[in-house]
Parts: sequence; structure tokens; C-alpha cells
Amino acid sequence: MRRNLGKDSDDTFILSKGHGSLAQYVVLEELGVLKTEELDKYCKPGGHLATHPDYGLPGIEASTGSLGHGLGLAVGMALADKVQKKDRAIYVVMSDGELQEGSIWEAMMLAPTLGITRLVGVVDLNDFQSLGQTSKIHPNFYPVLDKVRAFGWEAIEVDGHDASAIYKAVMSGSGRKPFMLIARTTKGKGVTYMENVPIWHYRSPSPIEYQQAIKELESSAA
Amino acid sequence: MRNTFANAFYEIAKRDPRLFLVVADISPVASAAAFQKEYPERFVNVGVAEQVMVGVAAGLALRGCIPFAYTIATFTIYRPFEQVRVDCCYQNLPVRLVGIGGGVTYSTLGGTHHTQEDIAIMSAVPNMSIIAPCDPAETIAATHACIQVPGPVYLRLGKAGEPDLTSQAPEPFQFGKIRFIKKGRDACIISYGPITKMGVDLAQKFEEATGRSMAVVSAHTLKPLDREGIGSILSSYPLVVILEEHSCVGGLGAQVKQIAWDVRASCKLKAFSLQDKFIHFYGSQRELWAAHGLDEDLILSELENS
Repeated sequence: MRRNLGKDSDDTFILSKGHGSLAQYVVLEELGVLKTEELDKYCKPGGHLATHPDYGLPGIEASTGSLGHGLGLAVGMALADKVQKKDRAIYVVMSDGELQEGSIWEAMMLAPTLGITRLVGVVDLNDFQSLGQTSKIHPNFYPVLDKVRAFGWEAIEVDGHDASAIYKAVMSGSGRKPFMLIARTTKGKGVTYMENVPIWHYRSPSPIEYQQAIKELESSAA
Repeated sequence: MRNTFANAFYEIAKRDPRLFLVVADISPVASAAAFQKEYPERFVNVGVAEQVMVGVAAGLALRGCIPFAYTIATFTIYRPFEQVRVDCCYQNLPVRLVGIGGGVTYSTLGGTHHTQEDIAIMSAVPNMSIIAPCDPAETIAATHACIQVPGPVYLRLGKAGEPDLTSQAPEPFQFGKIRFIKKGRDACIISYGPITKMGVDLAQKFEEATGRSMAVVSAHTLKPLDREGIGSILSSYPLVVILEEHSCVGGLGAQVKQIAWDVRASCKLKAFSLQDKFIHFYGSQRELWAAHGLDEDLILSELENS
């Protein structure tokens, strides 16, 4: 995801948890990278925006959606940048359920070995995946922080809804290792009937539910 | 082939800084060792981790590099299949997936180390190209050729000891085109990879036994397959023979039969492939071929009666 297309100096953003693409699309539209008309054709014939983002669209730097791919791609991109002496950071957002993919840990193991430093991973740790609570499905997986550090990364856990805390945490990295931000979040944050209810991983709201959600979100933003 | 590939890669990579070699815990042979020493920043050993081998290669390609991901064929494409399909093919990136010991080269290592169905699987994935050279000279040509291919390439290689088959070939190597390596009028044998040597020997014995001449064709590029060239052979030879170190499902034999239907071929068409069975038999590569019916004498006697 780039603010200015085609510039080598720009940072890279990969949404490895590609199912969150709508959030990425609206940000890209806000930045003027994606046209508003494209959003209107989301998942429709003639449009280019799918439930999972496709490489080649403005601002989309990798095809994601199958979980566990983004970090490996990012390590390769970071290696190319290092060898070509291009100073740009790569940000990769993953889900906590995604960390169950072995490929993530292959990439996690490799990044510090290759001396990658300009790589920032973000784990959206909402403790939910399709079938229930992540911490119940794999209780020994928690805490995540120590496991990431054990793989040679710097890692900090913060409130994932606090933009300022996220910024400060990422900026606090020493720059000598890859950096992982463990962002504690609430699934469905801001919509009372969605918060921490796993079915909203899949469901689309009815017109009435939609209106209620918009009302709640707008009142909390006001 | 393994050493020849390494030497060809090294010669290209010396001049082209876009090339990277990404390996998964496999020792660099021949000039790959020199490449590792002289260009350590472009030699990456990911360890026993083939998913990230392909993922990192795709990431390098997203930055304009030309990575060669290199290990034993089964681990190059089977273990990380989804990274091959999604990272390389879906994004149509110039990743070169080098599979050493394709087919049953690793004859005594057992079925875990065989690729009997790789051509079928890789052929089925959009954007993928496949090259399987028959000898060292074709390996050099294929390594050079795949630099120019814009999308992903699966380079299926043998290992060691493959004899020269093409230095006297009447036609040059050209990506995407079949190539006569021996001319003939009465029959034509089409093959690819190291088993082409058996095809050359068969042609000679066939000529001695029958007095009829037999051409030998290297179909080194399995995808995109030269349908026009193969269609022309099917239309002009009374006997066409396919010989491949690959399952009868979805390989060259099956694809040539499709082309034969499309061009309404009236020739006799014989396809000799590995069976659709895992091999629980140990011995030399040739002995494994024979265990699945790819026996020179058996094939010759069948062709003599055709």
C-alpha cells in the first residue's frame, strides 16, 4: 500500500490477513490511490475489488487472503531492499489465528538470520478465529510475545485501538532487529452486538443491523 | 545437469545483479559454491523451510529481482505448493523453481523423493511455464531461456551423468518449441528430460531392426507446449511414440493424445509413461523405469510390431 505510487523510497504495506481488505480499500480511497467508483463495484462484475486483495491493483502490493503468506513475501522484499540499499520499511498485518500457519514461523525464523531490520509485523490479537476463541483452541500458544522474542525479534504488546500507543511502540524499535507489534484488539469493536461474537467473522448485517452499527460507530467517533 | 545448471547460473548471475539463489538446506555444487562465496548477499539458505524458500523468492521478485529457488524437485514444488500457486503463479512473478532429480532420479530414496506427477500438477496451474531439458547442453540453454520468461518457470532437472544428446542436433533450442535432435522419416519419438537418452538408443535399435528411420524430438518445454509442432508431427509421421519419466496421468503422453484428437490424427500413437502408482521398488533409475514398463527391450519389441 503506497501513498505515492512508483517511488522506491516509499514504505510498503501488506495486509497478510487479507480478509480485512475492506479496511485497506477505504484507506486507499481516502488517500486517493483507489477511486471511489471502485468501492461501489466491490465484489461486483466489472469491479476489481474482491473480498481478498489482489496484487496489481493500485496500492495493493501482494495478493493475500490465503493465510500465512504475507510475512514470507515481506522477508523477500526486505532482503531485496537491503541488498539494493533502498531505505524503506515494510509493514505486515497478520491475524492471531494466522500465526497458527507454520509458514509464518518459517519466515519469523528467517528474518533475523538474514539481518532484516526494516520489517515491522503487526499481529491483530483479538483472540478470535473462525471456530471460537484462539486462546481456547490453542491455550499453550499464549502469550505470543515471548515466542516472537525467542525467534530473535523485538516485540512489544500494546492496546491495538490506541493509535498513539501503536506509533510510539513502533518508533521505539532499536532498528537492529525485525520488530513485531502485538496489538490487543476487540473483535467487532464499537458495535455492541458484534463485539467478541465469532459469527461476525462471516455474517453480513441485515439493513436494520447495519443502521444500528453505523449509529453506534458514528456516536463513538463524535 | 546439476553442475551444468550451477555453472550456467553463475555465469549469468555474475553479470546480472537481479539474480538470487534461494536454497533449502541443499549444498551448493560446482559454481554455486563460487557464487555463494563471491556474492553472499544474493545466496540465501533458508534452512529446511521450503514454504519460506518460495515465499522469499516471490518477495524478491516483487522487488524486480529474478530469484532461483532450488532444492530437490519434490521439495521445490510439492511441499510449498500453495506458495508456488499463489505467491508465484497467481501474482505471475518471475520466480524460477529449480527441481533437482525430477522423476525417479533419486531411485533408492523411495517415493517420498520422487516426482512422478509434477508435470501434470505444474501444467494445471495458470501462468506457470515448464522446461525439462534432456542433456547438459539443453540445461544451459534452458537456464538462459528462463531468464527471459516474464512469469514463473519450473525447471525440472536430472542430477548427474546425463550424456550429450544435442550437440549434433539439427535444430537449436528455442523456448516453447519442440526440437528435432535426430531426423527421421518413418517414425518419430518425442521425449523430454534424461529419459530422452533411452529414446535416442531406441531410435537407433529400431532403425537397425526394421530398416525404417526414426526421428527423435526433445519436447523440453512442457508448458507452453508446442501444439503446432506436435500437431505437425502427428500429421506427418505414420508412427509417433511418446516416452516420458512421468505418470500416464496428465503428462506429455496424455497431452499429445488430446492434440491428436484435435488435429484428427490418423497415425499410430504409442505412449510409454510411468504407471499411476507409487513405486515401492529400489534399484537404479533405469531399474525403476523398467519396473513400470519403461524397459528398452520391451518398448522396442512393441515398436517393431507397430
